[in-house]
Amino acid sequence: MTRTLVLDDVAKAFPTGTVALEGVSLTVAAGEFVSVVGPSGCGKSTLLRLASGLDEVTGGDIEVNATSTSYVFQEPTLLEWRSALRNVELAGELRGAAKADRRKRAQEALDLVGLTGFEKQHPRQLSGGMRMRVSIARALVAEPDLALFDEPFGALDEITRLRMQTELQSLFALKGFAGLFITHSVSEAVYLSTRVVVMSGRPGRVVADIPVPWSYPRPPRLRYEPEFAALTGEVSAALEEHS
Amino acid sequence: MSTARPIAARPTTARRRLFSAGAAAWPLLAAVLGIVAVWYGVTYLVLAPERRFLLPPLHEVLGNTLGNPNVMNPMFDALWQTVGVALCGLAIAVVLGIGYAVVMAQAGWAEKILYPYAVILQTIPILALTPLIGIWLGYGFSARIVVCVIIALFPMIANTLFGLQSAGPAAHDLFTLNRATRVQRLLKLQFPAALPSIFTGLRNAAGLSVIGAIVGDFFFQQGSPGIGGLLRTYTLRLNMDALFMAIILTALFGVAMFSVFAALDRAVIGRWYGRGAA
Ligand SMILES: Nc1ncnc2c1ncn2[C@@H]1O[C@H](COP(=O)(O)OP(=O)(O)O)[C@@H](O)[C@H]1O
Ligand SMILES: [Mg+2]
Repeated sequence: MTRTLVLDDVAKAFPTGTVALEGVSLTVAAGEFVSVVGPSGCGKSTLLRLASGLDEVTGGDIEVNATSTSYVFQEPTLLEWRSALRNVELAGELRGAAKADRRKRAQEALDLVGLTGFEKQHPRQLSGGMRMRVSIARALVAEPDLALFDEPFGALDEITRLRMQTELQSLFALKGFAGLFITHSVSEAVYLSTRVVVMSGRPGRVVADIPVPWSYPRPPRLRYEPEFAALTGEVSAALEEHS
Repeated sequence: MSTARPIAARPTTARRRLFSAGAAAWPLLAAVLGIVAVWYGVTYLVLAPERRFLLPPLHEVLGNTLGNPNVMNPMFDALWQTVGVALCGLAIAVVLGIGYAVVMAQAGWAEKILYPYAVILQTIPILALTPLIGIWLGYGFSARIVVCVIIALFPMIANTLFGLQSAGPAAHDLFTLNRATRVQRLLKLQFPAALPSIFTGLRNAAGLSVIGAIVGDFFFQQGSPGIGGLLRTYTLRLNMDALFMAIILTALFGVAMFSVFAALDRAVIGRWYGRGAA
């Protein structure tokens, strides 16, 4: 299987002297969805910025075997003056894709996240959950091999959040990209992922790597099964032990 | 006004805008009535009859001027001249201000080097600079425009720069991840993000361009006089009725400029964010 993202003994120290990450080794293969949980400030966002190339390592190596990488930010980060459709089109536009083609793809991506009929709405006219759906559509429109998510559902209310989780895992089942997903919610990590990686407090290191057995698509009621509770318990224990 | 724009052609939206424009005009109308009331109060209650020439009652001012083409025609000609200077100066200030801000927004060091000049331009009292401008450029049309540009420039520069820098770091990351060029970043992120601030700057610059044009008129009397030139003439001749009429006209001109750009601001920004564009 393609090893889409390989981090080998990665370290990141900022010029300010803060050592955010130290000795982090992590592999995400094609078809894997890996969640990272860890105490806040342990370097999770830094990890994603390194993986996406937004920032550079100060130690170790990063290997990315993907023709296209996408990034979903903590905030939807939509351009307020553009309609939902034109926001999703942005990536194609910047990369010089033909207008008809990128518009068609954008429409398909919006359909995929359940926003058919909201193409012309501007971000201010959409709810928080819908804005995040547009953001996810924008990330998936380029058919990425590697999709990075930085706590995308952290600001949503609980009900919206659960619905978005259900939608995201079925999108993953459909598209099969390699996913790296940051969250501070243990149950979100377990529900979404093929593996859950636990990081220690700063400087962040990988302290546990726990596989999740269930196949996709996963029904929402999985969250109430005893095996699910057992696994979230295991992740929580690892988290507590190392923070 | 926004209601005259073809974009507002859908009847419900147009009516709503007309209504809100009417609602917005009420406080202004009330303020005008208040000023008139104070005016009459001072004329009849404060000033003794022999000193009443200092503030003649409004109806006398209007009666002695409006019906007299020998007074009004030169005044309208002069106002028209001043409007031309103000609009011309405003246009130049907009282009220069946006251009200067765009250059500054390209790099931190560019801003550090260039911003102080804008601040200095803003802090030198224009009255200290005006005589020099007259010596350099003569006392005609171009000197008036230069004064106008100097006064109106700073809000354009400052607001545009603020707007260009208002896009958040995540939005910039988004463009970086999509390998956007510098030009793409400017045209598709920074400039659109700056539009609301640019319109704020435009509104302020419009008000200042009126002041600039009148100050220019006042100092530079070569060629056909502007309304500021007439203000000076009337003052020297103690022609109180004409003086008050000229003041009323300049005030109306200033309010009109500000209102037009405020309405333009509301209309454009409303559409920008998709309000009423469902
Ligand atoms: N650009 C930066 N310069 C200096 N320190 C930074 C920078 N970005 C993040 N940090 C520091 O690195 C640590 C990890 O940050 P981050 O990756 O955002 O944590 P997390 O996402 O896990 O909450 C924090 O202590 C943060 O203050
Ligand atoms: Mg973070």
